[in-house]
Amino acid sequence: MKILVLLKRVPDTEARILINQEGTGINEQGVKFVINTYDEYGIEQGLRIREQVGGDSKVTVVCMGPGEATELIRTALAMGADDAVHICDPALGKPDPFTSAIILAKAITDEGFDIIFCGKQAIDDDMAQVQSILAEMLDIPQVNVVAVFELSDDGTKATVRRRIEGGDEKVEARLPAIFSCEKGLNEPRYASLPGIMKAKKKEIRTKTLADLGFGEVPGGTRSRVLKWLPLPKGAECRMVEAEEMKDAVAELARLLREEAKVI
Amino acid sequence: MINYDLAEEQQILRNSIREFAENEVRPVAEELDEKEEFSLELTKKMAGMGLFGMFIPEEYGGSGMDYISYVIAIEELARVDGSTAATAAAGNSLGIGPIYYFGNEQQKREWLPGLCSGETLASFGLTEPNAGSDAGATQTAADLKNGEWVINGSKIFITNSATPISAIIIVQCRTGTLDKGKSELSCILVPNETEGVTAKEMHGKMMWRSSNTGELYFEDVCVPEKNLLGKRGGGFKQMLSTLDRGRLSIAAMGLGGAQGAFELALKYSKERKQFNRTICSFQVNAFKLADMATEIEAARNLLYKAAWLCDQGRPFGREAAMAKLYCSEVMRRVVNEAVQIHGGYGLMREYQVERFFRDQKLLDIGEGTSEIQRIVIARELGCFE
Repeated sequence: MKILVLLKRVPDTEARILINQEGTGINEQGVKFVINTYDEYGIEQGLRIREQVGGDSKVTVVCMGPGEATELIRTALAMGADDAVHICDPALGKPDPFTSAIILAKAITDEGFDIIFCGKQAIDDDMAQVQSILAEMLDIPQVNVVAVFELSDDGTKATVRRRIEGGDEKVEARLPAIFSCEKGLNEPRYASLPGIMKAKKKEIRTKTLADLGFGEVPGGTRSRVLKWLPLPKGAECRMVEAEEMKDAVAELARLLREEAKVI
Repeated sequence: MINYDLAEEQQILRNSIREFAENEVRPVAEELDEKEEFSLELTKKMAGMGLFGMFIPEEYGGSGMDYISYVIAIEELARVDGSTAATAAAGNSLGIGPIYYFGNEQQKREWLPGLCSGETLASFGLTEPNAGSDAGATQTAADLKNGEWVINGSKIFITNSATPISAIIIVQCRTGTLDKGKSELSCILVPNETEGVTAKEMHGKMMWRSSNTGELYFEDVCVPEKNLLGKRGGGFKQMLSTLDRGRLSIAAMGLGGAQGAFELALKYSKERKQFNRTICSFQVNAFKLADMATEIEAARNLLYKAAWLCDQGRPFGREAAMAKLYCSEVMRRVVNEAVQIHGGYGLMREYQVERFFRDQKLLDIGEGTSEIQRIVIARELGCFE
């Protein structure tokens, strides 16, 4: 079984994000980049499926990103993925989801697959669009926000639970299909030391746009980011404290009337 | 040419061990410390990560990494918990190291796979009640009788020697007398299960409370002659060489501990407000934090250089002693200020820096006191000629 896992390089959730002076993106200086958290569930699920099916099953990581992304691709290989495709081209810049999907669809078609896993969204721009556009382009079923995944014994379909408001939805999908992963699907493994050493010998196939048969960045510009703006600074929270609750309420009412002038 | 970039695998290793330490070690560190309890579960988890046998070739079950990688791994564990780092550092440097470097092929095949998989732990029986810095004063005696070593004596403060999985002790023994009355010292491999071996867990420690420390007694313990490690009379040299390498990992504990305490202090100082300001914005604290960051950076460079020399197969004893001394003392200054920045809360167990403060003290004493490190460095400078 051929399992593909999509991986995106994103800023660490704990990084201090500052908009650059030109307002064209974030200031990347000193920012640590990590594998998109939701993609990690995809990697782990891919590895588990490979372990379940056995035989000549294979997990291939597909990543579109700058040269620096190799460290993260290598991390996925250290977790246990077999090999990787790295789509890396200086012309790419920051492609919109439609462009990303066109390029990924080509690379994915070239690779061949039975299952594709990816995160339910990337935690940088939170678009959550690529998997759906990809599913359309590849003409395969998609199931999003997957929290439980079971592969049928004959390996032809998957029964999954997807998180929806207030509960789960149980869905059966015929393979090949694409599944976007939600937190809780599994507990991603760490890259162990022997895994890190093995990963050094695994293959990362780097592809430029030309390698994939594109003369220029495909897709036109369907959406364009005009400007990045910092969050408006929230008003400071003020605690109203008093010995007795009724005094605190009276003080709060006074503040709302006299200072905030809302009542 | 100087290149300060880590190799890709070293960076991945750091990220991975940091994640492991944050998720698996930090949540349990305080409780284990309080109970003074060695965790077999955590040791198994570390083994699962490949943290035992890091610098041992794959053919013996190790990971085949270099010493810089080893140092980074210990640094990242110590950034979260000294005791856990101690279990790994002693397991590698003092347990696995001597068998790999001085053992014959049969001894390596017999012991290394189990030790590298974390099924078992080895310990280095050097210190005695009356032989600390003066390691030549070893009294534990081994007599060769009918093809067997008969060992009598005792050892103290031996890390990893009294756990449920402690399987083998490398015992430094007096095997004879040289001219001028000096002892002939040799290392002998003694399985913990041998009759006459008693390993008693030591309690009441100020620091490294969840690392296992044992007191060992040998009463007419008999092991085959072939259990001799390396050459007869080679014990002292083996000990010195083991401690040179061991110093890299103890230095890594100082560096990691300093880094961990610094990060806690920085975070706290950005959240804590007094006089309507975050306390880090007071110059008196800002300068402390600036000094801490500077010293940590210097310590890291010194230690990585020592590890790099070791990886290049070049002499590194002097740099290892300097790194061990400096990293220990940097951590001492850093933990002291980290507690100070935390104020009254810093004195409470809940705020972690209290544990770092206690754990630091071992580093001034273990694997060669700071005074001994200064002797090693001064000797290199030709001061005693």
